[in-house]
This record gives sequence, C-alpha cells and structure tokens, in this order.
Amino acid sequence: MPHQHTHQETHHEKHAHHAVPLWLLIAVFGILMVLTLLTWAVTLVDFGYEINLMVAMAIALVKAAFVGLYFMHLRWDAPLNGFILVASLLFVTLFITFSLLDTGQTLDRTEAQSIRQSATQ
Amino acid sequence: MSDAHAHDHSGDHDHPAHLAHHFETPEQQMESGKLGMWVFLATEILMFGGLFCAYAVYRANNPDVFLFAHKALDTTWGAVNTIVLLASSFTMAWGVRAAQLGQKGILVTMLSLTLLGGAGFMVIKTIEYSSKWEHDLWVGGLNAFYQDSGTLLNPDEAEHTSQDYIEKKAGHKSDGHGHGHGEKSSAHTAANDHGAADAEHHDEEHAEPPTVVAESAAVSVVEVSTVVRPKPPAAGLVADLVENPHPNIEGAQNFYKGVGAVQAAHHGSHYPRFEELDAIDKDRTHIFFQIYFMMTGLHGIHVLVGMGLITWILVKSINNVFSPAYYTPVDLVGLYWHLVDLIWIFLFPLLYLIH
Repeated sequence: MPHQHTHQETHHEKHAHHAVPLWLLIAVFGILMVLTLLTWAVTLVDFGYEINLMVAMAIALVKAAFVGLYFMHLRWDAPLNGFILVASLLFVTLFITFSLLDTGQTLDRTEAQSIRQSATQ
Repeated sequence: MSDAHAHDHSGDHDHPAHLAHHFETPEQQMESGKLGMWVFLATEILMFGGLFCAYAVYRANNPDVFLFAHKALDTTWGAVNTIVLLASSFTMAWGVRAAQLGQKGILVTMLSLTLLGGAGFMVIKTIEYSSKWEHDLWVGGLNAFYQDSGTLLNPDEAEHTSQDYIEKKAGHKSDGHGHGHGEKSSAHTAANDHGAADAEHHDEEHAEPPTVVAESAAVSVVEVSTVVRPKPPAAGLVADLVENPHPNIEGAQNFYKGVGAVQAAHHGSHYPRFEELDAIDKDRTHIFFQIYFMMTGLHGIHVLVGMGLITWILVKSINNVFSPAYYTPVDLVGLYWHLVDLIWIFLFPLLYLIH
C-alpha cells in the first residue's frame, strides 16, 4: 500500500500529487454538464422504453465515474477505497437483481394481494 | 492529542498537533480517515440501495405508472437542480485542491459557493415539494391518487379520479381547496371537481360523505374475496399472466396483463393518460409519489447534513485550522458531498426523465 510510506519526503510528494490540476477539474465539470444535457436530450429521442432507460443509466454511470475518479480522487487514491465503492455497488446490484427475479416470479400473487389490501383501505 | 510531547514540537512533522498518538504519520492518519469515510459511504450507498431496489421492483411491475406519474415532476427544476449540485461538487473539489495547496482565500470562497449551491438545491426542492402539496400529490393519504384508488374495485369512482390531474399540474387548480388535504372528504371533493371538469357520466356517489365511502369499501372487501384467483402461469413468466375477467369488477378484464404487453402497448413516446392505466396501475399510482418523496427526501436530508458539515469546515478554515499538512476534514466532507451528488446523478434520470 502506498500509504505505508513513512518518509516525510514521500508525504510531501503525495500531497503535491493529490492536488488535482485546476484545468482537469474544470474539464470534468464541463464533461458532467455536457452529459447532463445529453441525458435530457436522449429523452426526446424514442429508442423504446428499455433502451432509453439503459441509455440514461449508462450516461449516469459515466457521470458517476467522472465524479468518483476525479472529484473524489479515486484515480490517485489507495485502491482499497475504490474497491469499497465498487463492492458496495456490486452488492446493491445483487440485491436489486435478485429482488427483480423474485418479484417477476410472484407478480400474480402480489397483485391479488394488493387488490385485497386496497379494498380494505 | 500530543500534550505529553508538546515540548518535542521543534520539527514540524515530529508530532503535529493534529496527529493522534495511535498513528505513525499524518499521512497514515489521513489515509485511515479516508478509508473509514469510504466504508461509511459504502453504508450510505447500501441504505439508498434499499430505496433504489424498491424503485426497481415497483417500476418493473408497473411501468405505466411511471410513464404516467413522472409527468407530475418538473423536469426543468430537476435539470436545474442537477446543474446546481454538479456545480457545487465542482466548487467542493476546487476547495479541496485549495486546502491541499494552502490557498485559504480560495478555500473559503469555494466552501461558501458550495454552501450556496446546497442552499439553492434545497430552495428548488422546496419549490417542487410545495407544488406537489398544492396539487394533492403528497405522500400517503395526502395523495389524491391514494384517496381515490381505494375505489379500485369501483370503476365509477376510479373514472372520475382526476383522470388528467397531472396534465393540469401547471397551476390549473383554481377551485380553491388548497386546505385540509389531510381530510379524506377534502381530497374526495377535489377528485369530484376534476371529474366535473371532464363532464363524464356522474352518479350521486360523488356527493356521498366519507363514511358512506368507507361502507362501500367494506362491501368491496366482500366482493374481492369472491374474486376467482388466476391459475399460476404455466412457465412462471410474467408475460404468461392470465386475464381475469370478473363480472363484479368493471374494467378488470385486463387486470392481469403481462408487463411486456403493457410496455408494448405504450411503447415509445406515448405516455398513458390516467384512464388508460390498468386497474392495478391506477391503484398503485400513489406509490410513485411515495417513492419519489422517500428517495428525494432522504437525499435532501443528506444535502442538509452536508451543508452543516460544510459550514463546520468553513468556520474551521476561516480560523486557519487547515494547512497543506492537515486538511483531512475538508477532504472527507468533500467525499460526502460528492456522494450526495452521485446519488442525485442517478435519481434525476430515474425519477424525472422516464421515456
């Protein structure tokens, strides 16, 4: 791990290295603005319900990657930090995937259930 | 802190005031702090993951509800808020850079701008929320669709349920019943007014007091218990869901319509009107607003917390606490603020931009 270094010189170097150049921050901000515009623009184009959703999520993922890598310094950080982020996202994906598989199987029953519930309200 | 070693402070990196004893170096201390922050952010992602999961399950089961109900949200304000939050993320990142380089003036400016961005976000959110309040589109019983969707088994009422409430969302509600949203009778009246605007067929049920509505609901319970349950789909696939025509329930013929069929029906740019929704979708329309308020509400709370934290480090930076050797709190608050931004990056297209 790079942070195991105890030399004060390394410490100073790391700090200098950590500071993201201003032009890079501005460039990333510009990219994020363009992608925001894009994610709005693609809703005007009809790719179909699923494709539009996937395009929107892909753009959001790219935006998230830029924020994570540059604004949150993950590009220069200890890899463990990025690993924690990716791991949490993987678990959320797992959670949602299995929930969707499950609800797809029991849709008919849950709907009947909801009719009864709404009737009692 | 290093009080026992206060006399040792000849060298600037020997035992700086900000270095806790259980760390070897400031660098190690900072990396540990960052690691801890990332673990915390992971728990935040998992917490929001629950809401995203609720969203995904609900949207997969009721795609038409999303096509219909998301139009109640103001895309322009949502886009403006996205830009505001991204800009505040940018100023935060610049602020961290300034802290690393010891540029106090820029740091204070950037933190102030970030705070301003957070405040702007919350102001816009307030505008959006109050618009929802005015149009009876709040959570639970304060949602017009909730009130009337109890009449799922009563198509007469479901029909006058403000069929294009959402088309009228842009301030058309001039009938002046902005008070007493909590009362069932009030929301019921609201629905009646909208039904009157449609001039569809009306029956005397509209004038019934809430107690009678409750009675009819009780009767419906008996009815629904007699509903013939559909046989489970042979292949266990959603698309195999059988139709369930029931004589007692008007409009229930397409009750068990496969998700794929519904999507195909409304494929593309056609957004369904309320009366075009299946009965089950009408019943669940209000849940869109529950999910919207829970997701944006929890996110809004995070923005408020972030603003509090930024205020805290703003005061500290004005008091010259930070230096290129010690800026960990700025960095960690920055990480938190960027995560709040990240979550909004996903919330915006998922809630506002449904096509």
